[in-house]
Amino acid sequence: MSWKRILIPAAAIPIIALLAYGLTRDPNLVESPLPGRAAFDFVAPTLDGDTLSLSDLRGKVVVLNFWASWCIACIDEHANFTEAERRYADDDFRMLGVVYQDTPENARRWMQRMGGGWPSVIDASSRIAIDYGVYGVPETYFIDKNGRVAFKQIGPVSWMLLRQKVDSLLAQPTSTELKTGVSGAGALHSSGSQP
Amino acid sequence: MTSPPREILTLLTFAVLVAVPCAAFTEPASRGQETAVQAAPLSDAELEARVREIASELRCPTCRALSVQDSPSGMAEEMRGLIREQLRAGKTPEEVRAYFLERYGEWILLKPKAEGFNWAVWLLPVVALAGGLVFVMLTARRWVQQGQARAAALTQKGPEEEI
Repeated sequence: MSWKRILIPAAAIPIIALLAYGLTRDPNLVESPLPGRAAFDFVAPTLDGDTLSLSDLRGKVVVLNFWASWCIACIDEHANFTEAERRYADDDFRMLGVVYQDTPENARRWMQRMGGGWPSVIDASSRIAIDYGVYGVPETYFIDKNGRVAFKQIGPVSWMLLRQKVDSLLAQPTSTELKTGVSGAGALHSSGSQP
Repeated sequence: MTSPPREILTLLTFAVLVAVPCAAFTEPASRGQETAVQAAPLSDAELEARVREIASELRCPTCRALSVQDSPSGMAEEMRGLIREQLRAGKTPEEVRAYFLERYGEWILLKPKAEGFNWAVWLLPVVALAGGLVFVMLTARRWVQQGQARAAALTQKGPEEEI
């Protein structure tokens, strides 16, 4: 029957195409609703015993990295953060770690072993991680000088990506600079919408 | 044997097409009623039941294939604690769901919202079921017709052979 020759492929082809498309996608790459929105503020204790608030870093480009001492992929990216800390030492740039599902003792030992002078806050009940929609570690958020999430990276951050994002965000003006007419290079980078 | 009446086939297909989407959308309506009742303070048992209900609808960010309710991971445990805390603070179940949606996007919902492209997820099974039903009915009817034709041919052949 001729209708069978048309109907069966007509039903099967879209389903096969959909499944094939699914196979080309990485299930770990889930689009975050946060880019473009104001970064959630938090006040938390650091591994050094101080207290740190994200809003205190307003006016700086912040690389907010969720990590853990048990995370193997975190080792890969750590050297890039150390290099960034050195390279952007004189810029409006801050590295900030958030310890995810780990004990402060293990995290402290890991930082001592791996090096790096930036602070890391202890996220005791994972509230910061939930606020940032974290799936696992490592995950990194690039926050612009105006305190907005500009980009989210799931998985280790490469040196190329880190440089590209930080350079681009450093070149952007703060909202106060915009108001007073100070010009900056490039438009605000965001992949989401303003809340 | 006679072929199944065409009216029954049409009625069955129509019933499936109408009943399944209706069943799928009765839940949000009852959820709305629950939200209205939320204003009264909850007992511990009610609170835990509400926590279980919300946690069952959310995907565990670490396990992914499990709900926040079923996952044994530390992150899921913290999320259940956060749901409990928010409900205790007087937030409605809708507000708690919105909290997680705002942070994780629609991915966090185990059951996608019935809107836009998501309709495909809700309607495709119904269409596939209805299509399968029609296919089975048509095939069965063809087999019956073929059987009848064969039987008729045999009864015709019988008297001829006798001659």
